[in-house]
Amino acid sequence: MPDITTETVAHLANLARIGLTPDEIEKLTGQLGVILESIAKVSEVATADIPATSHPIPLSNVYRPDVVGETLSVEEALSGAPEHDGSRFKVSAILGEEQ
Amino acid sequence: MTDLIHLTASELSSKLISGEVFSVEVTQAHLDRIAAVDGDVHAFLHLSKDALDTAAGVDVLRKSGSPLGPLAGVPIAIKDVLCTLDMPSTAGSKILEGWVPPYDATVVRKLREANLIPLGKTNMDEFAMGSSTEFSAYGPTHNPWDLDRIPGGSGGGSAAAVASFEAPLAVGSDTGGSIRQPGAVTGTVGVKPTYGGVSRYGAIALASSLDQVGPVTRTVLDAALLHDVIGGHDPRDSTSLKDEWPSFAAAARKGGSTPSLKGVRVGVVKELDAPGFQAGVTQRFHETLDLLQRNGAEIVEVSAPNFEYAVAAYYLILPAEASSNLAKFDSVRFGLRVNPVGGGTVEDVMAATREAGFGPEVKRRIILGTYALSAGYYDAYYGSAQKVRTLIQRDFASAFEKADILISPAAPTTAFKLGEKIDDPLAMYLNDVTTIPANLAGIPGMSIPMGLAPEDGLPTGLQLMAPARADARLYEHGAAIEALLEQSWGHTLISQAPSL
Repeated sequence: MPDITTETVAHLANLARIGLTPDEIEKLTGQLGVILESIAKVSEVATADIPATSHPIPLSNVYRPDVVGETLSVEEALSGAPEHDGSRFKVSAILGEEQ
Repeated sequence: MTDLIHLTASELSSKLISGEVFSVEVTQAHLDRIAAVDGDVHAFLHLSKDALDTAAGVDVLRKSGSPLGPLAGVPIAIKDVLCTLDMPSTAGSKILEGWVPPYDATVVRKLREANLIPLGKTNMDEFAMGSSTEFSAYGPTHNPWDLDRIPGGSGGGSAAAVASFEAPLAVGSDTGGSIRQPGAVTGTVGVKPTYGGVSRYGAIALASSLDQVGPVTRTVLDAALLHDVIGGHDPRDSTSLKDEWPSFAAAARKGGSTPSLKGVRVGVVKELDAPGFQAGVTQRFHETLDLLQRNGAEIVEVSAPNFEYAVAAYYLILPAEASSNLAKFDSVRFGLRVNPVGGGTVEDVMAATREAGFGPEVKRRIILGTYALSAGYYDAYYGSAQKVRTLIQRDFASAFEKADILISPAAPTTAFKLGEKIDDPLAMYLNDVTTIPANLAGIPGMSIPMGLAPEDGLPTGLQLMAPARADARLYEHGAAIEALLEQSWGHTLISQAPSL
């Protein structure tokens, strides 16, 4: 297993869209290293012949009739939005100026 | 009428049905209790403004002769992970501070339809990540048995509310023990139903393949009565089982009325009777085994060799699923938005919002989950963890060939001190060693009071586990064991709690 470096943590934080201070990155790097060392032991018993379980009680083909059910109104859907223009969620520019 | 708070939900139900008391009185008594002690306990994050009006409405319905369910008029506390139309639903996070959802969780809708009285929303570790409620963004809940100690987590608020007589009933959610471990350390009863037995619609998701909503109460019968209300198929949750469930209250009454375990094969999981557990927990567990044996149980030792990998698998699967589930907190549709100084793109806003809105444990687990799912490591980590899940299911399957129910301590220690493990994530994670296997396998588990540990006088818990879909078996045998333990003590455990 690779070592967790501060660069790894900064990269992961960027992927997860979480801003972290240099202090937080430093602290998390140490903690993640310890945690990963402890949990990496799953690979000891996970041999190729064992199937994976993604769901404890698997159900397949869960369908419902293709009819319109109860839905939220636009007002209800927007009721918790930090910003909206009355009918749509409002966000900052998706692309930076340089793009 | 302060005595009303010490009655069980089942006792309140009888008095409400007979007309001896009104729901308004019962509700007022609990609101008074909350006003008196919640400053110290901090079980609640929000209180309902409508509780007394709702109670008055139920009293009117009863007077008019409308048919009402057994828990009609009984107050209940709701973990803040469940969406409620009339109260904020924050999941213990700053990122959802003040957010009032536009819909009720199915469980909440069922509580309202059964005419229970929601008192308020209970404290929890942020997004249910933790074993102590210390990771709540709104400050910790205190254990009513010792206010300097943790009430367990993540559902410490629900357990503490019930243990301190602020509510006779509460709802919790259990992803790796968040109902059962708080039950153990507060001397109360907690049940994690079979995965899919209770709807998760409107329960803010932590790890979707593990989460299950369930009852938090002071007696097994009360848990069964509540489970009867909240359980059953929900077309809005695609993991919800379509099974017809038997009456759990009937099962609990059957077990509790003439308590015996004659002919019941009780399996002791060798790996969960571990040398590292607190001595007093192990002592009470072994005394309980003797008691069960004297009352007809056939005690069999079973081995689950792969349980030693359960915590490791859990702390890969949970962060992986959580990192995906929590991606929805992006400052666009609900919750907090923080604009970085000098502005920025929507991605900069997301990063600033999630930096400010998430606490340390949530950040830690999202980063860990992002790592476990990243290309190159996916097979080694997440893929391997899913295989361990198969092995744990096989361990349970072979154990249930030899035993009808499995038992173990519900938590390895009694309540630890606030602050004791907050800076040691790995030590915190190991609290869940006894409860995690049931979540990985989707089977039902229950924690009931097992006595006070001799060394610190704090509650210990006994965990019962049954095969998937055999929840009724837990209620029947759980009620019998509860009755036998109480006979041996000469009182209920919760009656020994400090008066606050």
